[in-house]
Amino acid sequence: MLEARIHVTLKKSVLDPQGDTVRSGLASLGFATVQDCRVGKFMVLRLNETDAAAAKAKVDEMCRKLLANPVIEDYVFQINEVVG
Amino acid sequence: MKVGLLVFPGTWSHQDFAHVLQDVLGCDWGYVWHKNTEVAGYDCLILPGGFAHGDYLRCGAIARFSPVMDAVIRFAKSGGPVIGSCNGFQILCEAGLLPGALLRNTSLQYRCRWVHIRTESADTPFTRTLKVGQVLKMPISHGEGRYFAAPETLAGLQANGQIVFRYSAPDGRITAEANPNGAMENIAGICNERRNVVGLMPHPERAAEPLLGSEDGRLLFEGVLNAAIPR
Repeated sequence: MLEARIHVTLKKSVLDPQGDTVRSGLASLGFATVQDCRVGKFMVLRLNETDAAAAKAKVDEMCRKLLANPVIEDYVFQINEVVG
Repeated sequence: MKVGLLVFPGTWSHQDFAHVLQDVLGCDWGYVWHKNTEVAGYDCLILPGGFAHGDYLRCGAIARFSPVMDAVIRFAKSGGPVIGSCNGFQILCEAGLLPGALLRNTSLQYRCRWVHIRTESADTPFTRTLKVGQVLKMPISHGEGRYFAAPETLAGLQANGQIVFRYSAPDGRITAEANPNGAMENIAGICNERRNVVGLMPHPERAAEPLLGSEDGRLLFEGVLNAAIPR
């Protein structure tokens, strides 16, 4: 069994007011060193696959077709072996 | 002229559209459930607002894969008039029928209020009864209406006159104060290159009777209903 861990974030060129609000919240708690905050999505998929290369190609297609919107978002993912 | 009103699980403005089509305009219409695989018999399609499929993942992202959307795309590619309001606009963007995307309002707040929009193009089936510069009053009701497009896409929209409506002051001035969501260039509505697909964030169906405070929304329906649409 393989597991894909996918991060989707707004592109750098896209304003992220939610991230800005979180950053100012952290600043008011005293965490003044936080320069920037981007809020994104984290998705975990369990895949009935054994071939990591094939899984990588499929997850990439999933990201392009549905999980991320290429107009506004970037994505990165890792594929790991999991037991059960 | 028969109008198809698309209904997804979570659509909420279809009954308001149905009321306007039937009781205000007296036109022939029917609901099109999202599991339908064809839209035969309809001359115009409307994607109403709401929260299709719960707006999970992104607004419109799951609705884009509803079975009916292949038929909607075929209808649009054959030149049929299609309009999406609010969530319908978001779905049209996710489906690739309109360029760009709609993001969380910069205020992070849901905005439910009247806005003024200035007509930037009368060259679509829905705006042909309007004059460029004409200001309409309609309500908005959305949390994710900040229009965004990459710089080259935005330049294309401007060059081709695809910006249809911009948020404005009541006198038509385009100001930052008139922009309720942080949309680029105050964009409230756009069309595709072929000009038959229009998306806008405001709700024309909620501004089609004097009792509701504005009849301006009617003008969009009259534009398409009165015209013989070349297909």
